[in-house]
Amino acid sequence: MKSEFTPPIGKITQIDGQCISLIGNDIDTDRIIPARFLKCVNFDSLGEYVFEDDRKTLKGRHPFDLEENKNSSILIVNSNFGCGSSREHAPQALIRWGIKAIIGESFADIFYSNCIAIGIPCFTLPKKSIEEIQNYCDNQFLFLEIDLENSLAKSKDLNLNLKIKETTRKMFLSGEWDATSTLMENEKLIENKFNQLPYIKFNTHYS
Amino acid sequence: MSQDTLFDKVWDLHKVSSLPGGSDQIFIGLHLIHEVTSPQAFGALKDKKLKVKFPDRTVATVDHIVPTDNQSRPFKDNLAEQMIKTLEKNCLEHKIRFFNIGSGNQGIVHVVAPELGLTQPGMTIACGDSHTSTHGAFGSIAFGIGTSQVRDVLATQTLAMNKLKVRQIWCDNKLSKGVYAKDLVLHIINKLGVKAGVGFAYEFAGPAIHELSMEERMTICNMSIEGGARCGYINPDEKTFSYIKNKLYAPKNEHWDRALRWWESLKSDENSIYDDVIKIDASKVEPTVTWGITPGQSISINQQIPLLDDLSPNDKLVAVEAYEYMSFKPGQLIKDTPVDVCFIGSCTNGRISDLRVAAKVLKGKKVSKNVKAFAVPGSEKVATEAQQEGLDQIFKDSGFQWREPGCSMCLAMNSDKLIGNQVSASSSNRNFKGRQGSPSGRTLLMSPAMVAAAAINGKVSDVREFIN
Repeated sequence: MKSEFTPPIGKITQIDGQCISLIGNDIDTDRIIPARFLKCVNFDSLGEYVFEDDRKTLKGRHPFDLEENKNSSILIVNSNFGCGSSREHAPQALIRWGIKAIIGESFADIFYSNCIAIGIPCFTLPKKSIEEIQNYCDNQFLFLEIDLENSLAKSKDLNLNLKIKETTRKMFLSGEWDATSTLMENEKLIENKFNQLPYIKFNTHYS
Repeated sequence: MSQDTLFDKVWDLHKVSSLPGGSDQIFIGLHLIHEVTSPQAFGALKDKKLKVKFPDRTVATVDHIVPTDNQSRPFKDNLAEQMIKTLEKNCLEHKIRFFNIGSGNQGIVHVVAPELGLTQPGMTIACGDSHTSTHGAFGSIAFGIGTSQVRDVLATQTLAMNKLKVRQIWCDNKLSKGVYAKDLVLHIINKLGVKAGVGFAYEFAGPAIHELSMEERMTICNMSIEGGARCGYINPDEKTFSYIKNKLYAPKNEHWDRALRWWESLKSDENSIYDDVIKIDASKVEPTVTWGITPGQSISINQQIPLLDDLSPNDKLVAVEAYEYMSFKPGQLIKDTPVDVCFIGSCTNGRISDLRVAAKVLKGKKVSKNVKAFAVPGSEKVATEAQQEGLDQIFKDSGFQWREPGCSMCLAMNSDKLIGNQVSASSSNRNFKGRQGSPSGRTLLMSPAMVAAAAINGKVSDVREFIN
């Protein structure tokens, strides 16, 4: 785990880093960060507990414990990664451990939007390509340069056409992934909407 | 692309703008918060010097970390005490309505909002909790969000989102005796898979769904997320309206008439277009039990745990992991599997009708000596109602412990946990590795009636043998 954490800010256009491969389908957010670590009022200490129970079970053989992976920042996963609980603590634990981007076969919806919201781009590739990358990582270091503008990832041996939702890609390129200020720009429209909604009118006793 | 479904209508109604990147800005009609996923959001507001935009549209309760044995303050667990204190402080500071312990209205957030009449048709509802899909049972569009999105809702009452596709799950015929909403939804998730719902909202429809009570409908929508669908909903009908009527926050008098007129207009059109339609025969569903580590790994009570060769290539990897973690052999029967702990509760099955069904099975029977069994009502209101009906006494007489409301051992953030590799029969929603508090604990998901049957026999049993 990296000692200092600086959250990403603004435009994200390029991510370069060493890959770490984690094999398995349906890896849920309870496994990424077990519920007992959610007893906190900030995210600061989560990095060291990422995959805590899986790591303990594997006694040092978990990818997140291997010496050769300690500087990795691009996570390679299989299908339905991040399913289950909506806890943002899961991507927060990953980003604090050092993960800056994830490439996988598929991602669970809430996990995916949590990753966007904290600045971790998630890309997809077909099952076969993911398995090829994972095999490659088994035998040697894989250092990828990810170019968000063109959705490309390159290494000395590989050229990958990454898939990412167009709206998501644009959000990273523009910095809009950090949504609060963009949403706030439409204050007038929000107030108009509030005043138009039928149920606001018959639920006046809410207030 | 879907057209004229309830989802399309509610989405369009709440759309504030198209954002530059291409996603939609959606107004959130009701925002629910709890102690686990909100503190960092309030922290972020403070850092950015922002206020809560519409404090009246956010409602708070405390559920995940509360002890269920002794709720007196301060909690024994310092971290839990710190979390409830933080929520109390944040609600006070931002003038947010908070249903605290002892208010009579505290409980699991997805039990509380419907029973108070806060959840209504045609609303968008968001909460920092994946089981927010529960509220879709009322014809609202409800989904779980993360903490950064909680911050955005607090600050702007809106979210940046991509519109989901809509899959209709049409359930024909009706459920047989001894088969419940939980069995149906486990069956659906098994048939479709745990990731089939990614990118979709699920519309549950058809005669079998129409037949269900509101609480059963909540069980169905609650578990949409276990099938990968962030949002699940049911078109509102007479049952929906009569459930809401006279609830604390339900519209009253002329407001009620106005609400009803609007709600009655809210449903998917007969000719609406879906991105996908799936048909399920509800009469074929049997009492269903999970055997693995995802909610999709389930079988009927009389079936064998699937052989590896019987599974699709995509399911094999997780199956191998599940056999090992659960210590089950392929081909083994699930029936008669010994259980150590029986848990009735959670946002899936912790409502009054769930307790009634379980109590009916338990009445006059005793929990097996080898089993620790406990019932956790979903809210203070559910607890009171159960006590008025004498259900608590039936539970206690049978050997169940009767606890205070909270999320409890569904996710084990309080002291209700499995120990070592104990096996639990659980009415909750997730059988993930380590979910119930022990890194090697094993969870078998089933209906509350099936949990009651397992508690009596000390092993997985067919509840139909108890109710004839």
